Amino acid sequence: MKKTRSATDDPPLLRYLLCGIAFVFIALFLVLPLMVVFSEALATGLGPVWTAITDTDSLAAIRLSLLAAAIAVPLNTVFGIAASWAIVKFDFPGKAFLVTLIDLPFSVSPVVAGLIYVLVFGRQGWFGSWLTDHDIHILFALPGIVLATIFVTFPFVARELIPLMSDQGREDEEAALSLGASGFATFWRVTLPNIKWGLLYGVLLCNARALGEFGAVSVVSGHIRGQTNTMPLHVELLYNNYDYVGAFSVAALLALLALLTLALKSFLEWRYADELAAVHRH
Amino acid sequence: MTAATIFSPSTRSRFPGFGLSLGFTLFYLTGIVLVPLLALVLRPFSLHLEDFWTTISAPRVLAALRLSFGTALAAAAIDSFFGFIVAWVLVRYRFPGKRLMDALIDLPFALPTAVAGIALSTLYAPTGWVGSLLADYGIKVAYTPWGVLVAMIFIGLPFTVRTLQPVLQDLGRDLEEAAATLGATRPQAIMRVVVPMMMPALLTGAALAFARGVGEYGSIIFIAGNLPMKSEIAPLLIVTKLEQFDYAGAASIGVVMLAASFVLLLALNGLQVWAAKRR
Repeated sequence: MKKTRSATDDPPLLRYLLCGIAFVFIALFLVLPLMVVFSEALATGLGPVWTAITDTDSLAAIRLSLLAAAIAVPLNTVFGIAASWAIVKFDFPGKAFLVTLIDLPFSVSPVVAGLIYVLVFGRQGWFGSWLTDHDIHILFALPGIVLATIFVTFPFVARELIPLMSDQGREDEEAALSLGASGFATFWRVTLPNIKWGLLYGVLLCNARALGEFGAVSVVSGHIRGQTNTMPLHVELLYNNYDYVGAFSVAALLALLALLTLALKSFLEWRYADELAAVHRH
Repeated sequence: MTAATIFSPSTRSRFPGFGLSLGFTLFYLTGIVLVPLLALVLRPFSLHLEDFWTTISAPRVLAALRLSFGTALAAAAIDSFFGFIVAWVLVRYRFPGKRLMDALIDLPFALPTAVAGIALSTLYAPTGWVGSLLADYGIKVAYTPWGVLVAMIFIGLPFTVRTLQPVLQDLGRDLEEAAATLGATRPQAIMRVVVPMMMPALLTGAALAFARGVGEYGSIIFIAGNLPMKSEIAPLLIVTKLEQFDYAGAASIGVVMLAASFVLLLALNGLQVWAAKRR
């Protein structure tokens, strides 16, 4: 059975060429780096990996990363819902500008994101001397790490919800309101079920970035081993101390989290395509 | 909320939560993003502006800015070229493992940059899997400016692919058909018909990859070698100045980078308007 090629199908030679280029490129830049992480971690077997991950400082780093994400992600989720509600359901002047401002943290360098909090809370910063006088620690402590994490993950949820809620319009909510539902009940019973998969998608990406952020957190953390080192910072510390197995063991843990995130993300795109923002449907 | 008063009473009474949602949005945005950014923007003005210029025009700073911006531009161009091919393969062809390859594109988004940094550095080091092959031809990637380029290509790839993919998906095939009917070969149809139609998406993806590359820190510092004047990127110089408690110097470089972000953001908005007009 021979199929005739339509005018917009590529000739086989071109097809093989393009596929070949794409495969080699992806292997070189995506697959091999991922494989290196696991192969370096397992270079001396599974035992050292376990020892490296259950080390006191590693466990402290894991706890700190989870804690920072556990504060930053819910806050940005509430913000994302509030911002998309205001932006999608109402018209007001300056709306486009507001959307641009929400996107701003995406285009700011992570190092600059850390720097701005140093300029506000640091010793020579705006509130530096006041904070020292009152013995309040923001930089080189949990609050600074949380602030930097919030900044770099700021737009994730809002960015996911704004196009999704724009697609959905406001008819459903108007129907509920006209039937006498309160504003809160309308949000809880009508809006939230409509946006739940899109919300989960945004939260998933927000969480992945929150756990993995390096540059911004590095500037504000102070790198105190066992105290203010998050998982990515601990990877750096071990690597710079030539403890490659240790560094790649913690890195492998982070890589597994990243792969899990990608798997969940693909699952959501495949299973709930109609309930995500249109850009993710493919 | 004074902004609420300009709306017709009917809109407001019918739909709840305007004051609360916009109020919280503005409060959170101001506290987390705007006020700290203002601290950065105002910093050079609290000193003598000459100091700002002295910092920025120092040879080491200029070299770092040139490296960050120049390499990010090259990486964005490379990502656009290969991103177009990857998007094309993913949209137009069917092959086993396609869904896996599609999911893998987002790896640079999901993988923490420090992990990417040590992995790329190990891979492209003279003893690494790829680095040892290149070393046979006398090519050094890790611990040279080429390492910076490799890291920036890695970090920017999803931006170009994910910008091109949906546009390519929605692109009708009638113009390609017309080109074929008029005697164009397939490569001609792609280069002369498809690529021009994809221009807004190509530029948007490139701008996003460029923005990410310019500011990128984590994946680069491990592979770059960080030699002053040679392979030292601008964000690293900010960190170095902070470690020396040179807040003013760090802020001066930070302001330059922030200004670049603003210009890029404006350019991206302009691109979107252009793309919408062409549709």
